[in-house]
Amino acid sequence: MSTRLATGGRFLDRNQPRVFTFNGTDLSGFAGDTLASALLANGRSMVGRSFKYHRPRGIVASGAEEPNALVNLGQGAAFEPNQRATTTEIFAGLKAESQNHWPSLEFDIGALNNLVSRFLPAGFYYKTFIHPRAAWKHVFEPIIRHSAGLGRAPKERDADRYEHFYHFTDVLVIGGGVAGLQAARAAAADGGRVLLIEQSAQWGGRAPVDGGQIDGKDPEVWINDALEELEKAPNVTIRRRTMGSGVYDHGYVLGYERIADHTPGDTRPRHRLWRIRAARVITATGAIERPLSFAGNDIPGVMLASAMRDYVVNYAVSPGDRTVVVTNNDDAYRTAIALKNAGLDVPVILDARPQAEGDLPRAARDLGIRIETGRAIARVKGRKSVTGVAICAQAGEGAVLEEIACDAVAMSGGWSPVVHLWSHCGGKLIWDEAGAFFRPDPDRAPISHDGQPFVATAGAASGQMTLAETLKDADSAGKVASRALGLAAGRKGAPKASQPQEGPITPVWMMPQGAGPALRQKMWLDYQNDVKVSDVQLAAREGYESVEHTKRYTTLGMATDQGKLSNINGLAVLSGALQNDIPAVGTTTFRPPYTPISMGAIAGEARGDIFQPIRRTPIHDWHDDNGAEWEPVGQWRRPYTYRRAGESTHDAVMREVKNTRQHLGLLDASTLGKIIVKGPDAGRFLDMIYTNMMSTLKPGRCRYGLMCSENGFLIDDGVVARIDDDTFLCHTTTGGAERIHGHMEEWLQTEWWDWKVYTANITEQLAQIAVVGPNARKILEALGGMDVSADALPFMAWADGQIGGFDARIYRISFSGELSYEVAVPASQGRALWDRLIETGQEFGVMPYGTEALHIMRAEKGFIMIGDETDGTVIPQDLGLNWAISKKKDDYLGKRAQARSHMTDPDRWKLVGLETTDGSVLPDGAYARGSGTNENGQKTVIGRVTSTYYSPTLDKGIAMGLVLNGPDRMGEVINFPALDGSATPARIVSPVFYDPEGEKQNV
Amino acid sequence: MRRYSAFAIAREAARHHQGWERAWRSPEPKKKYDIIIVGAGGHGLATAYYLGKNHGLTNIAVLEKGWLGGGNTGRNTTIIRSNYLQDPSAAIYEKARSLYETLSQDLNYNIMFSPRGVMMLAQTQHEIRGYQRTAYANALQGVATEFIGPQRVKELCPIIEIGGPRYPVLGALWQPRGGTARHDAVAWGYARACSDMGIDIIQQCEVTAIRSQGDKVQGVTTTKGSIDCDKLGIVVAGNSGVLADMAGFRLPLESVARQALVSEPIKPCMDVVVMANTVHGYMSQSDKGEMVIGGGTDGHNNYTQRGSFHHIEETVRALIETFPMISRLKMLRQWGGIVDVTGDRSPILSKTPLEGCFINGGWGTGGFKAIPGSGWAMAELMAKGASPLAAAFGLERFREGRFIDESVAAGVAH
Ligand SMILES: Cc1cc2nc3c(=O)[nH]c(=O)nc-3n(C[C@H](O)[C@H](O)[C@H](O)COP(=O)(O)OP(=O)(O)OC[C@H]3O[C@@H](n4cnc5c(N)ncnc54)[C@H](O)[C@@H]3O)c2cc1C
Repeated sequence: MSTRLATGGRFLDRNQPRVFTFNGTDLSGFAGDTLASALLANGRSMVGRSFKYHRPRGIVASGAEEPNALVNLGQGAAFEPNQRATTTEIFAGLKAESQNHWPSLEFDIGALNNLVSRFLPAGFYYKTFIHPRAAWKHVFEPIIRHSAGLGRAPKERDADRYEHFYHFTDVLVIGGGVAGLQAARAAAADGGRVLLIEQSAQWGGRAPVDGGQIDGKDPEVWINDALEELEKAPNVTIRRRTMGSGVYDHGYVLGYERIADHTPGDTRPRHRLWRIRAARVITATGAIERPLSFAGNDIPGVMLASAMRDYVVNYAVSPGDRTVVVTNNDDAYRTAIALKNAGLDVPVILDARPQAEGDLPRAARDLGIRIETGRAIARVKGRKSVTGVAICAQAGEGAVLEEIACDAVAMSGGWSPVVHLWSHCGGKLIWDEAGAFFRPDPDRAPISHDGQPFVATAGAASGQMTLAETLKDADSAGKVASRALGLAAGRKGAPKASQPQEGPITPVWMMPQGAGPALRQKMWLDYQNDVKVSDVQLAAREGYESVEHTKRYTTLGMATDQGKLSNINGLAVLSGALQNDIPAVGTTTFRPPYTPISMGAIAGEARGDIFQPIRRTPIHDWHDDNGAEWEPVGQWRRPYTYRRAGESTHDAVMREVKNTRQHLGLLDASTLGKIIVKGPDAGRFLDMIYTNMMSTLKPGRCRYGLMCSENGFLIDDGVVARIDDDTFLCHTTTGGAERIHGHMEEWLQTEWWDWKVYTANITEQLAQIAVVGPNARKILEALGGMDVSADALPFMAWADGQIGGFDARIYRISFSGELSYEVAVPASQGRALWDRLIETGQEFGVMPYGTEALHIMRAEKGFIMIGDETDGTVIPQDLGLNWAISKKKDDYLGKRAQARSHMTDPDRWKLVGLETTDGSVLPDGAYARGSGTNENGQKTVIGRVTSTYYSPTLDKGIAMGLVLNGPDRMGEVINFPALDGSATPARIVSPVFYDPEGEKQNV
Repeated sequence: MRRYSAFAIAREAARHHQGWERAWRSPEPKKKYDIIIVGAGGHGLATAYYLGKNHGLTNIAVLEKGWLGGGNTGRNTTIIRSNYLQDPSAAIYEKARSLYETLSQDLNYNIMFSPRGVMMLAQTQHEIRGYQRTAYANALQGVATEFIGPQRVKELCPIIEIGGPRYPVLGALWQPRGGTARHDAVAWGYARACSDMGIDIIQQCEVTAIRSQGDKVQGVTTTKGSIDCDKLGIVVAGNSGVLADMAGFRLPLESVARQALVSEPIKPCMDVVVMANTVHGYMSQSDKGEMVIGGGTDGHNNYTQRGSFHHIEETVRALIETFPMISRLKMLRQWGGIVDVTGDRSPILSKTPLEGCFINGGWGTGGFKAIPGSGWAMAELMAKGASPLAAAFGLERFREGRFIDESVAAGVAH
């Protein structure tokens, strides 16, 4: 059983005990523990269940590569599933639960899957559950879904905060082991800005555990010196608990800082996403040990040799009393030695190689440890924990030579450099025959905007597996980066390091070499997803030969560890099955993030009310205080209507329409887009942008204009006012302001870049109020100031002046058919003007009105609304707007498109008015039915409703619609089927329902 | 072909699964085929399959430069729906959806079609009107959809926040028989069935040139040598422009990177597919338990299959707004695919200026759902020279201005 050792533990502060809870039981650890080390210290070696077969799972690793030890962490609004115990620092009060079992970790019904696992090989679900058809959705899929998944779904709204942080640096070094420290020192020597980040809470990486000497010092001493130097350097920033998450184009790197995961509730943001722009990136991300594939290698108690050494040295945890070590390389001997030095028993080291003669085997032998070469594990014994191993020859088929009792197994299949960050942005790999791993190919590095490589690797991440070479490599990476930035690199050489000499590794991808099918079905490659050697071989047999096919067919490497332990082993098995070289088989694609990052961190502060900015007009608060029902329009909020006590929404809208038509209405029109177009070529430019002729507009006058896309479709409309010879003010729809401004700029910048035109979106600079109704002139006259009489300010004119003491620009335009003025004042004056209008308007029957009343009034007048009458398929000609298309111009955007055969086809759907025969309101969006069906069996349609309202003015339903040859069919009755099968007949009429002669607006 | 079934698994279990045969053959290319399809994505494989099944044509090669299904077919978020607005779209997507219903049985391969229901949220008045309109259109097109209120939305998907604060849910367009399927299985199932009919699927075989004589196609040059054919079908999604260039014509489309991401797997918490167009995001839960999330499309053209991170950020923000609980999940993996987008965002199924050469592309961000229908129509087009389902999607529509624009009904593309 695993326990805490009486002494030692580099990371522990034994003066600071920490009580935490696992599956409801209080346990105790120390500050410095991870949840994994603390669980092991408490004898908990089984911590979860696997994904598919629900097999017992123990801790196998000590860092980010851990596939098994995932827990439900925390509670309520601080609950988080799938938290990796090996990277969770413990804190007092931590609450964790194991996952993926029911009813409990020890007795899990799901483990039935394990009993029938021979019927559930890779991809079994593709071959079965086919009949009966309905059973997949109703029976099989629900069963699969419930047995899959891992942690529980969070239920509550996240209580934590997250933030984003921008950082610019010359050199970013990822990884705070000795390579990262040395690369940072070298890169910073000549003043370049350096950022060094380390994912864990500790600096120094593996070196202090693995031993050796740097510059004649213990690695730990050297690390502390290096850190001190970096901390002092003004051009260096260092951060722990900050993972390099992803490398993107052009030196954009995401860092993921876990600020307060280990200090919950201390009011700091939980995570911080660093958005780093680096000229050069050095990944010093180390290497990860590979498991060995032998039967039973997934039983709790089987652990990576390096992880075991970490637990002993860093956390003073003994993973077991008797540990069998199994290896194909010298490195694992360090674990045997560390265990022995900690007073633990190592009954045997099984070395698959024919001989083991390096410094480390010799040292182990000197400690009296039994070493068996050419040997392998035939099978691990035990179910929920290891009870022993059966030993066989590596060369054979697994005939058992001897059984040895033990409670832990330390395995090492060699090391793989962490190449993820190198690969994210296109860095390529080569197979290193001697080291039996893929390593970055420095000749095919990720390329930045300048055609230069921008990512380099350092140390073990480059495939340099000895301390001396690691430091040399890192020193050179730092200097190269510094030089590439035009800085002279420091002159100091790399530190000198010494270490025991290691003998060569012998690749071992299966143990024993000749294992038969029964054993291969018990050799795990992917512990979390339950992918075994036999599964990969099955995939190859069935023709899923590409490594991507194998991955997807077996789910190898698709678990939450993304195959950090399993990928290389899996593709070696695949290459064996295909009798092909490993490099020819290749790897799957490495994608960000390096380890999973929280969605909260990705979103940052932008959530809830500030998810997107809310745009408010200067009069917003008044609306809010006066019963406005809000409608989101783009990022704006506009009052839909102002509901009074005792009124329904519908009543309120009706009242607003009637009052405006009879007395006086006010509309906050500030949200309408206002774009200034200025310059000697402004008129020429607007002639291209609008279908109308704008260059002939006289200063002081307004014109209603239409804008089309180059495909001819109507995209926006609005009133253009000519301010002076060089200046136009273009009104757009509320939702269209940014889009249309962008549209104008795109044409100016890409097509007419030599035209002298400048555009500015001044929407927010002005408040604009529509003063509408028979009393509109009266109220303005009551305010006093400029002449607003019909003569001085006729329809479609504008004037600057003072009104009621406000500097204003008044437009005589109307979207309602009433006498109407739009008064624009500087935004700062908007609220004051509104208040004055409300006050002065009392005697004229003033009432504000909202967007719905606006819509009804424009529909009564037959005015189109972008987005209602248009939908990206409608041209102005369809809407009876030919009058707004200038025939005198050579060109405008959309002209050529509108000449295409389908556009000029006389048989098009065109704008008409629609009136139900009984006065009811036509349903919105309804289609008119033609006769028969089309060649695809769909019922033929001949038109549709585009806008439909109850008109209080006419006291009946009115609608606008697009109907096939509509204008030629006045008086005809067509049918609009409802969804319930009934149909509403409606008569085709003129779309202008109210004041067709314009007598009201032209007074 | 030995059929897949529970009995077959039991039989094989007894012998450690040593007896399974290859799902598809891996032949060397012949000198000549009647028909060559370029691209072994879903659309290319489905085209070959229906050429064989519906038209009895099997002297066919499907050429794939990488591994079959490795393009967008293996990268998408697998949403299947047919609640399109315009008639031609609704026709082909509904054909596809209905073929999906029985595809597992047809192919004897479980493609895990899961008609769990798709809802498109309405969060503005404008969207309400748009979706009501779609519901009316669908009723006449024979597509079963309905407009539902916010309470029903909440019942169908309890993890949705319908109360805002920023954009409260006002309703949704609900297609109960929309859903998802396993994307790889669709490619593999078609490949297996094609191979069984005698169609050659040749992987690691990149087409590098298209040969013609006069105006007529003659064959292709590939990394595995020259292969002749009478008819050629180009079905290469993001590479459509590249292949069209080889054939000597240009296409009105652009290739951009589209992204997606998944969370770590969790226990079932979402039984439907939800798309939220106002905030720009959509999400479903895979059978494995991952939350599958569609990201944005880059604003610049490229072939990198990566994409910029800020789209991921925008998408995740939008989805945390809609599903606050995902804030404490973690993103496991993000990726991208190159999608070919036309001016009207509708596909191209067409003859081309080169006689005998046909193109099926432009499915952009939403063609997974179309695979069976597209293959059906393309096969008919190639075999007979015309197909009612494909008629509206010809290249001439760009010349005539006969666009099929769906953007009004679906701001988010998928
Ligand atoms: C992130 C993302 C999410 C998506 N989500 C959805 C969704 O939810 N629902 C939906 O319906 N659709 C979705 N889509 C769209 C969908 O994936 C595609 O429309 C569809 O898969 C296209 O299939 P295809 O067969 O045309 O293309 P692909 O699957 O890309 O196949 C084309 C094949 O052609 C091959 N090829 C290219 N050039 C050559 C050559 N010269 N020689 C030989 N072979 C060549 C390629 O290697 C590739 O295998 C999404 C797409 C992406 C990228």
